Amino acid sequence: MTDRIAAAFVPLVDCAVLVAAREQGFAAAEGIDLELVKEPSWASLRDHLNLGYVDCAHALAPLPIASTLGVGHVQVDCIVPFVLGRGGNAITVSTQLFSEMQDAAHGAALDSPIAAGKALASAVAKRAAPPTLGMVFPFSSHNFDLRYWLAAFGVHPDRDVRLVAIPPPLMVESLRAGHVDGFCVGEPWNSLAVAEGLGRIVATKSQLMPHGVEKVLAVRAPVERDGERLGKLLRALAAAAEWADDAANHTELARVLASPGYLDAPADLLEAVLRGRLALGGGRVADDPSFIYFHKHAANVPRAEDALWIYAQMLRWGHLQPSAAAQLAAANVFRADLLRRYVGVHAAAPAPSMPFDGIAFDPRDIKGYLERFDVYTRFVETPAAEL
Amino acid sequence: MTHRPLKILIIDENAVRAAILEEGLREAGGGEQADDAVVIHHIRDTVKLLPRIASIDPDVILIDLENPSRDTLEQMFQVSRLARRPIAMFVDKSDSATVQAAVDAGVSAYIVDGLRKERVKPILDVTISRFHAFDRLQTELHQAKSALEERKVIDQAKGILMKQRSLSEDDAYVLLRRTAMNQNRKIADLARSLVAAAALLNPGDAND
Repeated sequence: MTDRIAAAFVPLVDCAVLVAAREQGFAAAEGIDLELVKEPSWASLRDHLNLGYVDCAHALAPLPIASTLGVGHVQVDCIVPFVLGRGGNAITVSTQLFSEMQDAAHGAALDSPIAAGKALASAVAKRAAPPTLGMVFPFSSHNFDLRYWLAAFGVHPDRDVRLVAIPPPLMVESLRAGHVDGFCVGEPWNSLAVAEGLGRIVATKSQLMPHGVEKVLAVRAPVERDGERLGKLLRALAAAAEWADDAANHTELARVLASPGYLDAPADLLEAVLRGRLALGGGRVADDPSFIYFHKHAANVPRAEDALWIYAQMLRWGHLQPSAAAQLAAANVFRADLLRRYVGVHAAAPAPSMPFDGIAFDPRDIKGYLERFDVYTRFVETPAAEL
Repeated sequence: MTHRPLKILIIDENAVRAAILEEGLREAGGGEQADDAVVIHHIRDTVKLLPRIASIDPDVILIDLENPSRDTLEQMFQVSRLARRPIAMFVDKSDSATVQAAVDAGVSAYIVDGLRKERVKPILDVTISRFHAFDRLQTELHQAKSALEERKVIDQAKGILMKQRSLSEDDAYVLLRRTAMNQNRKIADLARSLVAAAALLNPGDAND
């Protein structure tokens, strides 16, 4: 008997594991008819997941945590039994802002996130108006990565720049129209901006937060009663992830992702992204085999540490007030136990992760960790109106 | 107890749907003095959304569920220091039937915190029914268009038959209809294949 499972996704390279599970037969092999539903925005994806219109979703890692904590929207318990991808984001600035950064740097090469960050900070200080930077959603690693990078150079993300959320497929158009001066988004949207001569990639997530969790499979809780069905899906995804990580399959994977129903983007550009050889602009090309990956380094394991890093970022930027209950609830969203139960133990150790500024995350002392940053935003309660 | 009129903001690139919705909301709002009086604003494009929303200061924002600007909206509500921050309608879980109906109709709404449910419900009901009315209108329009297109292709096919088989217009139509029936196809489908085939065989004919 075939089980129908509907999964919502947003067109990005890191929906690859879901696409491969469907198109390369890994889902069918487990007896699953995997239906993929393309979404125009993260808000729409969240609503369809929370209200049960789909069974699961390709979600920004912070999204199910925000849902579970009831931050920014209705409280819905979600769990994450599988990580769909790590890395894969980048920060792109417009050619105009890039040349301002070059002027500010007095000709020094902007070839690292640190050099680019310093240059951006001086360029922002010289500007009459603060630049507008795009990211994809309040509860996204793009928001947190961009904020982390800006803040490291003294640029306050809520005061010195204007941050605006734009769905990934509209990012390049927004840059072209001049609505934003730069953005942090997942691939292929950075590469497409570079290919069209609109911008330069100045940092990648793999440089800022190596091995950082990016997209996850989000499922509404509880899942225990429907465990066997989830087990089939997780086995299909694990097989698909292993296939998608194999360089021998990148040409085929890029061809499938390129189709109009998925990313509707040039296959050769997608293949370069998968291989970590993306063009950064100005003739520079990245060579980073861990730019984006789907399986190696125990990538699929949803570690409580990943969830707590996200929780810490939410505290840093005033999304909520710290509490022991919220911290526990956030950590419990990421369910490595389900992956162990249904797919088996992952022998591979996770890659050690150290952010570009050398400030290690300490999940056992989040308060102490956050005290190391002097740029942050306080939580503000909004009073309810009486109407 | 009297209220000030509710300020409703419609964000919709589709001017026709916005007009249909606006009309419905005005009809439902029984005038300035009534309890359910409303003031309606419409934003069509989403450039400089935040300052525009701040100057309108709406109580209710209505937007197509699939409008990509929803991500922008939600982030603004998250970070902005707007005095009154609207929240998504789904936050009220007590009325799941309305929420379900709204999602089915493709409606999403943001409502300032504290607004009483009795004041929101009629607005949502009107919005849902007007979104459905707009969909029906779209379908009818689409059907009218395809009927027109079918008539045109059938005329072309008749022309080809009249020319190539020296038939009268009526006989050409009878031949088309009979063949379609025998092949269990729609006349328009058969006409389309005939025109396409003629274009391949005699490039001049199909353009007559």
